[in-house]
Amino acid sequence: MEHIAIIGNGISGVTAARHIRKLSDKKITIISAETDYFFSRTALMYVYMGHMKFEHTQPYENGFWEKNRIELKKGFVKHIDSTSKTLQFAEGDSLNYDKLIVATGSKPNKFGWPGQDLNGVMGMYHKQDLENLEKYAPNNKVCKHAVIVGGGLIGIELAEMLNSRNIPVTFLVRENSFWNGVLPKGESEMINRHIKNHHIDLRLGTNLKEIVSDENGQVKSVIIQETGEEIPCNVVGLTAGVSPNIDFIKDTQIEIGRGVKVNRYLETNIPDIYAIGDCSEQHEGIDQRRPIEAVWYTGRMMGETLAQTICGNKIQYKPGHWFNSAKFLDIEYQTYGWVFAKPRENEAHFHWKHADDTKCLTVCYNTETNDFLGLNTFGIRMRHETFDTWLTEKRDVNYVMNHLHEANFDPEFYKHFEKEILTAYRNNLQTA
Amino acid sequence: MSNKLDQSMSLAKPDALDITNKQKIALSIGLIGLFILVLAFFNVNFPNKGLFLTLSLSLIVIGTIIYAREAYLTKLEGIKNDGVWFKSISSRGILGWSLGIFLTLFYIVLYFFPIYLGLGKDGAVNTGLIALFDPLSNLLSGNNASQWFVYGTLYTVAILVFGYKFMLKYRHNRYQQLRTASVMFFQTAFAFVIPELMARLNSDDFSLPYNDLKNMWPLNYYAFDQWRVDQFINAQTIGLFFLILGVVMVFVISPYLTYKYGKRWYCSWVCGCGGLAETAGDSFRQLSDKGIKAWKFERWMINSILVFSVVMTVAVISTFLGYDSEKYWFTKSVFLISIGIFLTLLFAGIMYYKRNELNKSAIKGATGYFTLTIVFLVFFSFFDLSQIKINASYFSFGLNQNTYAFDGALRSFYGFGIGSIFSGVIGTGFYPILGNRTWCRMGCPMATIMGIQQRLFSKFRITTNGGQCISCGNCSNSCEMGIDVRAYAQKGENIVRSSCVGCGVCSAVCPRGVLKLENDSMDGRINPTEILLGNDVDLMDLVNKK
Ligand SMILES: Cc1cc2nc3c(=O)[nH]c(=O)nc-3n(C[C@H](O)[C@H](O)[C@H](O)COP(=O)(O)OP(=O)(O)OC[C@H]3O[C@@H](n4cnc5c(N)ncnc54)[C@H](O)[C@@H]3O)c2cc1C
Ligand code: SF4
Ligand code: SF4
Repeated sequence: MEHIAIIGNGISGVTAARHIRKLSDKKITIISAETDYFFSRTALMYVYMGHMKFEHTQPYENGFWEKNRIELKKGFVKHIDSTSKTLQFAEGDSLNYDKLIVATGSKPNKFGWPGQDLNGVMGMYHKQDLENLEKYAPNNKVCKHAVIVGGGLIGIELAEMLNSRNIPVTFLVRENSFWNGVLPKGESEMINRHIKNHHIDLRLGTNLKEIVSDENGQVKSVIIQETGEEIPCNVVGLTAGVSPNIDFIKDTQIEIGRGVKVNRYLETNIPDIYAIGDCSEQHEGIDQRRPIEAVWYTGRMMGETLAQTICGNKIQYKPGHWFNSAKFLDIEYQTYGWVFAKPRENEAHFHWKHADDTKCLTVCYNTETNDFLGLNTFGIRMRHETFDTWLTEKRDVNYVMNHLHEANFDPEFYKHFEKEILTAYRNNLQTA
Repeated sequence: MSNKLDQSMSLAKPDALDITNKQKIALSIGLIGLFILVLAFFNVNFPNKGLFLTLSLSLIVIGTIIYAREAYLTKLEGIKNDGVWFKSISSRGILGWSLGIFLTLFYIVLYFFPIYLGLGKDGAVNTGLIALFDPLSNLLSGNNASQWFVYGTLYTVAILVFGYKFMLKYRHNRYQQLRTASVMFFQTAFAFVIPELMARLNSDDFSLPYNDLKNMWPLNYYAFDQWRVDQFINAQTIGLFFLILGVVMVFVISPYLTYKYGKRWYCSWVCGCGGLAETAGDSFRQLSDKGIKAWKFERWMINSILVFSVVMTVAVISTFLGYDSEKYWFTKSVFLISIGIFLTLLFAGIMYYKRNELNKSAIKGATGYFTLTIVFLVFFSFFDLSQIKINASYFSFGLNQNTYAFDGALRSFYGFGIGSIFSGVIGTGFYPILGNRTWCRMGCPMATIMGIQQRLFSKFRITTNGGQCISCGNCSNSCEMGIDVRAYAQKGENIVRSSCVGCGVCSAVCPRGVLKLENDSMDGRINPTEILLGNDVDLMDLVNKK
């Protein structure tokens, strides 16, 4: 029986395993050094905030794996020997495989800041980070002040987490407006205000110079590059993005760039070795996607696709139209298609914001063809299926604006804003 | 590292979650109000009962209002679940257990030992807690209070104040606000004020049974007891109207509304049990067991109770039809045969038209339960149930020593086991242990009927938003009915479950906007395939082929 070994029990590895099981009788082993069972990384914040317990982040009951004959092995893979097809573990043992799936995910970026390895300095990626945070920031007596470095999606989640325990937070963001490398100006500025409304000390255009230690090797303060100001703190969260977690692959024959290089079939340069999820890097970005996509659903899709290939039905990884979602404190965000921070050539944005400053939307379209290209929405839920269809049908922007109500996905009885949006859109056209 | 490690996390109660000073004051105010009730319970004889009752209830109401305002209005609108798994009261901690035990004892006393609450027996005047409520009862119905009046008042107050709290908690969510306003209204008007006022119409030659219009059979298991039917019939046109309305509710109005909106029209918008669960019980919704074992137990339990309640009701009706049928329009055999035909047609219809939507175990279960019911019907038609005598103490732990005829025994066992122990003692007393909808999920036969319909003939579903789910589990965590919502959402599958009461909280708490409760056409309502939008179309064809 062919043995499929999977390094990583995150969404990518687990999805691959589940679908291989559906399609075949192969022997499957999932390896992870992090936890015994698959859990949802995206829910880590809710454990610290007390919305859920850790076991609630596990999408499958513990008996699921045995029932589906998926073996779980806890251990850290130190080396892959692709000639003898063996994995060597840090614990000293080894495992043979016939096919190998690398799904090792990401790790938090550290940019060589002085003091970045002190006690009380942490990323927010693994379960161990959560345990660390619980140790250094259990409440606002032990942790009187926290500093977060890096204004991305994980940074704002960490800010929300600390806020839930009334720990004062200073949030250092390198850009001059929150996440404005991705969000258009109006949206990014609305989020700036929302962050401040939550009494989070948002410092825009601010870089970290160094992290200062106390006599016990624990963080005592941070120093800001621009002003030299010293901010006393007990915890520093490093959330300046993530990168593929592939250090142990560096001295193997597997080709790597920033991540494990794969083709459209998710194959590496070595036969029978594949890579999926956060740790994989396409030779070229697909559509307008980035070569490395560190999001939940792409990991899942890669897992599904690869399961087909491994079970004898070789197919390419073909993600459809881009979409994603996030939540900034109380404001939900969804995106469908492409809306870049600044309109590119032949592109224009229409931006609408509600007077209460918690809802807005941006529509991007092509100024030559009038094609609808994408939408960002804040505080209003939209229907994925509808936008996916419109993007496939290449609807023009007027059509989309006139039919926006069909895509509304807010709960029943919510106030609707399509009329207001449409009026604003028409006025905008007249003045433009 | 052990998976259990988070245990320590939930024990370390973060200090920041301590309540504010204003909340402490509010809590004290409420507790003083409660203390007056406790004093009354211990037979402190208040001079001006009306005044002290008003004082007590006002303090409780004011305390809760201030507490809730401080909890929610000091923060921006949004999901307010911080620390629910840290707080002792809402995570089966010491406070949770204490409250659970207190409520359970209260229910036991209420159901079985009302004299301890001060109920005056055989016309004697009330004392204690019940006497404290006499003035209010006199004001409404003109009679002195009973233990049920005390309970009804406290129940209504609880729904009103905690309903207010719930509306503040979800002040950004109109669905939550409207349905809460609705249960507050139905409880106050239909379950409390109107029946009490209607009692004023009663005189020596005219009397209506206490009638909460929205409380339908089989939730109201005594709806067709002989004394009740008799009273309705004797109360001329208006009584007859209510009797017929009761039947029409069960067979026409409820099925129609359930078809259009799902069972939520009742469970989350009208019902009093649901009303208490959603308001006073809201802090405990996350405690419901989401495991597969619990789900299996639930299906077994809830269907058995439905069969039991049908059999019991049929036994009761057929017995009194048996000995004086000329008073009613049916004879016993006509009644039994029509029920038999009705159930057979229903069963055959479902098996034929819905055969593709039911899995093997559902078909097996349904056939079993159907056969059992028919066997009972046949049994009833051959025996005169009033001749079979049974001593009730065998199944009431000696609490009830009377000897009953078979129908009466079934009826009293149902009333004891299901009506009192399950829906009251376990259903509400165990809120802080088992979650707030244990009765609705595991016991309520009315929910079972509407649930079967919701699963098979209803426009209602929870739509999943394509591929947006991140499997975080907030939805499952806050589903009071123990539905593992995430298991569906992460596969892109709509949620069409008989137990869903449509509370909409899963949709509210989802951080990615994945869930929407809606009524739409029946076609394509159930999409059992893994539709993960955003993936390549050919791949989806393959995945769906299985
Ligand atoms: C706090 C947070 C919030 C997020 N929120 C969102 C969101 O809202 N939406 C979204 O789309 N994405 C979100 N993401 C990103 C998303 O979680 C990731 O894209 C996804 O988890 C990646 O899955 P994966 O299976 O590729 O890898 P991972 O989930 O990282 O799994 C890899 C596993 O492999 C293990 N491993 C690595 N190396 C070895 C080794 N050598 N030996 C043994 N085991 C090893 C790791 O310990 C880990 O358990 C979030 C991420 C974080 C951290
Ligand atoms: S599935 Fe959602 S709407 Fe239905 S009962 Fe559970 S939480 Fe409420
Ligand atoms: S449906 Fe929403 S709440 Fe439920 S798991 Fe998915 S993202 Fe989380």
